[in-house]
Amino acid sequence: MGILEVKDVGKRFGGLQALGDVNLSVAENTVHAIIGPNGAGKSTLLNCLVGKLIPDTGSVMFDGQSVLGRTPFEINQMGISRVFQTPEIFGELSVMENMMIPCFAKRDGSFRMHAIENMHNEKDIVEKAEAMLEDMNMADKRHMHSSSMSRGDKRRLEIGMCLAQEPRLLLLDEPTAGMARADTNNTIDLLKQIKEERDITIAIIEHDMHVVFSLSERITVLAQGTPLVEDTPENIKGHPKVREAYLGESA
Amino acid sequence: MLGLNKKDTSLLVIVAALVMFAPFILNPFPSDSGLAQFNAGYPDLMQRFVIFGIFAIGFNILFGLTGYLSFGHAAFLGVGSYSAVWMFKLLSMNVIPAIALAIVVSGLFAVLIGFVSLRRSGIYFSILTLAFAQMSFNLAYSVLTPITNGETGLQLTLNDPRILGESATADGSIPVTSLFGLEMRSTYEMVVGPWAFQFNAGYYLCGIIMLLAFYLSIRIFRSPFGMMLRAIKSNQTRLNYTGLNPRPYALAAFVISGMYAGLAGGLMASMDPLAGAERMQWTASGEVVLMTILGGTGTLIGPVLGAGFIKYFENIFSKINDTVLHNWFSFMPDGLEDFVVFLIHPFIGKGWHLTLGILFMLVVTFLPGGLVEGGQRISRMVKKKSDDDTNAKTTPAE
Repeated sequence: MGILEVKDVGKRFGGLQALGDVNLSVAENTVHAIIGPNGAGKSTLLNCLVGKLIPDTGSVMFDGQSVLGRTPFEINQMGISRVFQTPEIFGELSVMENMMIPCFAKRDGSFRMHAIENMHNEKDIVEKAEAMLEDMNMADKRHMHSSSMSRGDKRRLEIGMCLAQEPRLLLLDEPTAGMARADTNNTIDLLKQIKEERDITIAIIEHDMHVVFSLSERITVLAQGTPLVEDTPENIKGHPKVREAYLGESA
Repeated sequence: MLGLNKKDTSLLVIVAALVMFAPFILNPFPSDSGLAQFNAGYPDLMQRFVIFGIFAIGFNILFGLTGYLSFGHAAFLGVGSYSAVWMFKLLSMNVIPAIALAIVVSGLFAVLIGFVSLRRSGIYFSILTLAFAQMSFNLAYSVLTPITNGETGLQLTLNDPRILGESATADGSIPVTSLFGLEMRSTYEMVVGPWAFQFNAGYYLCGIIMLLAFYLSIRIFRSPFGMMLRAIKSNQTRLNYTGLNPRPYALAAFVISGMYAGLAGGLMASMDPLAGAERMQWTASGEVVLMTILGGTGTLIGPVLGAGFIKYFENIFSKINDTVLHNWFSFMPDGLEDFVVFLIHPFIGKGWHLTLGILFMLVVTFLPGGLVEGGQRISRMVKKKSDDDTNAKTTPAE
């Protein structure tokens, strides 16, 4: 039984069947990649996992509990953090403040009225955020406005913010999209390091095969809203069905 | 000091000094000089400065931090005023229970309106708040006449019960508002040569309350809660996916700012115990938006500056009339004098809105950060200049 169990999930947008009977099981403490050509339904699937979309049919269980019908912040509090395709950070806040917010969310839950408390009294939060920035090699940027950083740094900050919540499952939506080769390699190294140092399950959606094959332990190939195969990277590489899905019937 | 950092403490001290010495600062011209009409140091206007300062500080907690632009904040001001006047009618002429009730009632009212309006964001939120405020205005103006006394406005009468006070004074007039016996209208006048400085009890009560409100707003700005509010403005998606629920945070900010508005309304009624529906009109809601933007949205001191600026213009420019202008330009030849007066005429008296509009456009265009940005630019220029001076002085010595 995996930490994330997706059963018979279907989602229809008008006349388009975006997902049809998707079954997926992500085992705990593994890196699981979901790949597939454009329009295969990867992002739709991800949105169904985090509460942005509600599937028409099927069930999504995280650690034995259903996530369906819950709002994104509730699902996040259950232990699922999400990294977006374009980094979503608090652009008008400093890097340090960006890092403190998830620390508050982890400690205080989804809402707490701490309106006249002094930030200096939140020593545990400050220490945790500083340690996390240290881990991400961003300690020197702590006073910077986060919107003025490079894209690679924003991505790094976003991943750090997700980790600060100590999630059990980290979802990454094309984390290297639009990145230069060097930045991509940095991101791969960072994710590898995270994998080694923490008890965390990572599910990753990716186009870049280099990223997929250097990170993942299991791969699910999605095409036209249904999973084609699920296997180890070695077996996926030469799989005829995968080639067909990516290169078309004639190949 | 008081849980503030050095910079915020000095800001608070400066504001406190300005409030305490306002009767001097706002009265720079001798009362017999021609410039005396630019003096703003009389109780009525000074009270308005600080009361609208409170209103704008509260509005800024919502708009400046969360970015939710409410176009209906005058509704809370009006609700606060009505509550306070009812307290004067039913309980006593002491301002404390009146102000307390004003804050509580406007807070409850804000919970109701905020709960519905905050389901939408951006322009839809603004329109919802505007609609609610207009509904409140119309209710106060006609439907709820038994409570609000309709278009006449709610006033004190000799028949009011005033359980803990007296319905009428010994000489048969309506009692005046007071703070445990200290009458709000009592004014001490200090005459120094040609100057007459007025120290009004009501003004000082409002001033002290404004300082408390200002202090509280600094604490909110610097608190974790304030950081969450800025996070709402910055990126709601990320906030949601960081396990935080934006709605109660926004609602809390909305209610706090509604209570600030209620406090301002209560103080208004405490200074002058009557309340009319026009206080809830959309122009009044628009005014506080102008004050905040003019002063500097999201800055601590900006809204207070904006409120003072607009109230000064409203009361001083509107008093200049053609006779005054003719006096000023009497040194010119007759034809030219008439022509100049004719040119300036639309911008003064009842036309002060035109002047304000032009100033507002200039500020928003050239100083998007409001008056606060203007101040920062000037101080930076002065700093740079003094640096240049010291450099210039040291260079020849080398």
